[in-house]
Amino acid sequence: MASYRDQGIVLRTYKLAETDRIVHLLSPSRGKIRAVAKGVRRPGSRFGGRLEAYSHVDLQLYEGRNLDMITQVELVASHAAVREDYARSAAASVMVETVDAVAQEGERDNALFLLLRAGLQTLAAGPEEPAVFVDAFLLRLASIVGFHAFTDACAVCRRSGPHAFLSVKAGGTLCGDCAPPGTRAVDPRVIEVVATLAAGGEWAVLPSLARESPDAHRTAASYTRAFVEHHLDRRLRSYDAVPRP
Amino acid sequence: MYEGAVQDLIDELGRLPGVGPKSAQRIAFHLLQTENTDAQRLADAITTVKATIRFCTRCWNIAEAEECRICRDTRRDGSVLCVVEEPRDVVAIERTREFQGRYHVLGGAISPIDGIGPDDLHLKELVARLDAEPVDELILAMNPNVEGEATASYLSRLLAPLGVRVTRLASGLPVGGDLDYADEVTLGRAFSGRRDIP
Repeated sequence: MASYRDQGIVLRTYKLAETDRIVHLLSPSRGKIRAVAKGVRRPGSRFGGRLEAYSHVDLQLYEGRNLDMITQVELVASHAAVREDYARSAAASVMVETVDAVAQEGERDNALFLLLRAGLQTLAAGPEEPAVFVDAFLLRLASIVGFHAFTDACAVCRRSGPHAFLSVKAGGTLCGDCAPPGTRAVDPRVIEVVATLAAGGEWAVLPSLARESPDAHRTAASYTRAFVEHHLDRRLRSYDAVPRP
Repeated sequence: MYEGAVQDLIDELGRLPGVGPKSAQRIAFHLLQTENTDAQRLADAITTVKATIRFCTRCWNIAEAEECRICRDTRRDGSVLCVVEEPRDVVAIERTREFQGRYHVLGGAISPIDGIGPDDLHLKELVARLDAEPVDELILAMNPNVEGEATASYLSRLLAPLGVRVTRLASGLPVGGDLDYADEVTLGRAFSGRRDIP
């Protein structure tokens, strides 16, 4: 069996047998890795504490037939502050749940890794309202995997915007010609919020966005959830656990 | 596939946690080869436990009466409640002989990713107990993992307005362990939770 070394962020873990765990990680070079960590549920485990969800780790593994085997773990960033706060932990749950669903084994995806790392670093810094980062993370992740939310052009005919109609199914704003009859126009601020959430810019601007336009953010958050669930064809189980103002 | 009764037994054993198809088959054939009395004793134990064991109406620990042995014990200190995830955690803490208070079993831990939220745990019952009983301190004894930490954080927020002292079990170095083998998170916690030597 070949051994290899890689970095990864722990997405989630499952109990295995008496003291072991199956660990799902996202690696920048190998995509999703599923591996067994032996004995990590024992109190005296040498690296059990490093393999908690959201930890960024440097690993040594052996390739297995189905699951790889973790033999050494060094901590790059524990993101412990995320685990110790309910709101931040719930927000991180949405992030890792979505990444676990879209990441593929053996498929390099550095952009997805960098997005998750940035999301967890932002949560670890202690934002007051983590929910807005979840919404930004989801739209940016959707964009990475091929479902970009159009906000500056019509999602159907690509005519330049801004446009007044917003569609989950079509994938963004719609012009008057492409919007189905009876579609209600949305507040332009909602489209501005969706555009800022989806843009790959600084995370630091997001809290003020939610504070200045709380109603627009609420609508944009609902749109984000519907957009991601529709295009990823998956219900986000942990989304409702994130406290929202 | 085996004859009806054997296959039924393998199927039922295979539904147990941690028992795969091969293990289920091995256990089934072991039972076939054992004495009738041994098999009957196992069957009786399962039937009896299902018929007599229930959850304590006060703390949700397993009990043979309406209330569990610990809740019925008048010598226990009712002013300290230890909140745990599962009934087996009660047994683990009782083995230490360090704790003389009572317990409250949540029945799990908050895990958004698995769809387990606060409403799925015995949290309302805990808040009701704090109203009805003279509790001065709540000790949160959840597992030191992501689900346990989330549950402890949620509980401390929920209980803060009630004016009860809320504490969390210390975590740190295992007795008999080597310092240089400890991971950074555990060692860091050991430092932040250090105490004066009396």
